[in-house]
Amino acid sequence: MIAAVFNSVSADQIFVWIKHWLVVRTPSPLQTLVSILLTILPIIVIFPALFALSVLLERKGLGRMQNRYGPNRVGLFGILQPIADAVKSLTKEDIVPRAADHVVHYLAPLLLVGAVFLVYAVLPMGRNMVAVDLDAGVLFFFAVGAATELAIFMAGWSSRNKYSLLGAMRAIAQMISYEIPLILSSIAVVMIAGTLSTTIIVDRQAHYTGTLAHWNVFTPWGLAGFILFMISGMAETNRSPFDLPEGESEIIAGYFIEYSGFKFALFFLAEYLEMFSVSALAITLFLGGWSSPFSFLAWIPSWIWFFAKLVVFICFFIWVRGTLPRLRMDQLMNFAWKFMLPMSLIVIFSAGVWRFLPHAVAGSAPLGLVVRWLVCALLILVPYVALARALEQGRHIEKRTYRFAE
Amino acid sequence: MFGEGIIQGLLETARNFFGSYVEKDRLTTVQYPEERFELPEASRNFPFLLYDGPDSDAGLRCVACQICEKECPPRCIHIEKSKDKKPDFVGKQQFYPAVFDIDVSVCMSCQICVEVCPFDAIRMDKVFELSTSDRFGGLLWDKQELSKSNDYYREIHPTEAAETDERRTKELAEAQAKAAAAAAAAAAKAAQAAANPPAATPGSAANGAGAPAKQEAANPETALPEAKVKQ
Repeated sequence: MIAAVFNSVSADQIFVWIKHWLVVRTPSPLQTLVSILLTILPIIVIFPALFALSVLLERKGLGRMQNRYGPNRVGLFGILQPIADAVKSLTKEDIVPRAADHVVHYLAPLLLVGAVFLVYAVLPMGRNMVAVDLDAGVLFFFAVGAATELAIFMAGWSSRNKYSLLGAMRAIAQMISYEIPLILSSIAVVMIAGTLSTTIIVDRQAHYTGTLAHWNVFTPWGLAGFILFMISGMAETNRSPFDLPEGESEIIAGYFIEYSGFKFALFFLAEYLEMFSVSALAITLFLGGWSSPFSFLAWIPSWIWFFAKLVVFICFFIWVRGTLPRLRMDQLMNFAWKFMLPMSLIVIFSAGVWRFLPHAVAGSAPLGLVVRWLVCALLILVPYVALARALEQGRHIEKRTYRFAE
Repeated sequence: MFGEGIIQGLLETARNFFGSYVEKDRLTTVQYPEERFELPEASRNFPFLLYDGPDSDAGLRCVACQICEKECPPRCIHIEKSKDKKPDFVGKQQFYPAVFDIDVSVCMSCQICVEVCPFDAIRMDKVFELSTSDRFGGLLWDKQELSKSNDYYREIHPTEAAETDERRTKELAEAQAKAAAAAAAAAAKAAQAAANPPAATPGSAANGAGAPAKQEAANPETALPEAKVKQ
C-alpha cells in the first residue's frame, strides 16, 4: 500500500498529494474549508515544534560553548527538556499589574503571535508548498512583519512600567532602523528576479549551470546582500547581539517584564518564530529556497532541503548568540545608519551593474562571468574598505588600564 | 576594523563547543547527585554529640553543662539536665542531658558550641544533605539522632580526632595515677589511723581523702579546652 503510494507520487510532492487526496474525499461544500485548514494546520504545528527543538538546541549548544553540559536531566540527554519547559510555563501564574491597561496587555501577545504566523503564508517550504502564492509576497512579508512592532509597543505601553516602556522604545527604534537595510538588501534580489513573488524568486534560483545552482548568494551582490540581510534580520528579531530591548542588566526584560505564564511563553514563541521566518526569507531570497545547491543532489525532496537549511540557520543564530556580547544603544544606531544603510545601497547599485553587464565577453560566456564577478565584487569591496576605514578614523581604542583593580 | 574579530570569536566558541565533546577536562561541572567532590577534611556543617563505646546512652560525653546552649548565637540548642548522675570516662559522677535538641533550620554552622565545650562532647559533622519533607519534626534533631560514635568522628576528621583522643587518654592516665596515688595515700592514712586507733574512725578518713583527689583529677580536663579557646 505504502509502496504503491510512493510509486505513484514522488517523495518530493508527498504532502501536496496527501492534501489533494484528503480534499477530494471531503463533501464539496466543505472542500474550501478543509483545504484552508490543511494548509494552516501544518504551519501551526511544525513551527512551534521547531521552536521546542531550537530551544533545546540553544540550551545545549550554549552550554557546550561555555563548557557546560546544558540540560541533561529530563529524558535521555535532556531531550524531553522542552516538554518540561512547556509544562512549567503553562502552569505558572498569570499576573497582570493592577495599573496595566488590561485589554491592550491581553491583546499584545496574541497580536504578536498572530502577525508572526501570518508571515509564513508566503514562504515556500517546498516545491508547490506555499500557503498563499501572492504576487507581492515579499512586500506582504515586510508589511505584516512590521505589525510585530505595534504588538511590542502595545506590550511595553500597556504594562505601565518604566522598564517595559524603555524596552519597547528601544525595540521600536532598533526595528525601524534595521528594517531599512533589511528591505534594501532584499530589493537587490527583487530587482534581479523582476518580481515580488517568493515562489517565482525561488523558481528562478532552481536552475543549474553545470552542477551549480543559480542561487543569488553565489553572486557578489547576493553574498554581500545576504550578509547584510542576516545582520539586519538578527537585529529585526531582537536576537543576540542585538537583544538590547531585553537587556537584563539595564532594563531587566524589556517590554515583556510584566508578562508571566502563558503570555510570556507566547512572547518567547513569537521571538523564535520571527527568527525562523526571517531565516526562511533569507533562504528564499538568497539560498534558493527549497532547491538543492548541486544538480546531483536534486533527488532529495525539496521540503527536506528547506528545513535542513532552516536548521542550519538556527544553529548559526545560536552560535552567534554564544559568541557576541550585547551592543550598546549608540553602537547599534551608528552601525545601522552609518554602515548598514550605505552598504545596502551599494549592494543595490552592484546588482544593477550585474544585471546590465554583458553576459559574454569576446564571445566567451565563462570569461564574461569572470569579468562580471570581478567588477561587481570590486564595486562592493572598495566602498566596504573605504567605509570601514572612514568609520574607524578618529577613534583610538586603547588598552584599558585599571587604577584600583590591579 | 573589517569584522575579523567576529570571525575570531566565532572560531573560539566553535573550539569550545567541539572541545567540550572531545576533552573531558574542559567540563568543570560535577554532576552532583551522581558525582561529588570528596569534602576536605576541615569541612564542617552541623554539630553532633560524641559517645564512647558501643552504647550511645551510656557513653555520651555530654554532661549537660549547658555552656553550648548559652553560647549558641542563634539559640538553636535546647538542653534539659537529668535528675540523676552517671559516671564519665574517668569515673566521676556527672549529669547527663535528658533532652538535647538542635534545630537544623536555625543552626548557622558557626562551630561556637564546639569551641566552648569543655568535655569534647560536641563536634562538627560533614553531612550537608539535611533536607526533609517534614518541616517541624524532621528539622528538630533529638539526642538519638545527634549521637554519633567516636569511631565515626575518627573517620570524618582523623587529625582532630587523634588530637582529642591523645588528650583524653593522657587525662585518663593522669586521673588514674592520681586516683591510685590518692588510694595509696588513703591506704597509708588508714594504716596510720589503724596504728593510732583513738584519733579517728578509719571510714571517715578514707572518705575525706578520696573526694579532693577526685576533684583534682577533673581539673586539668576542664582547664585544657578553655586554654585552647583563649588562644
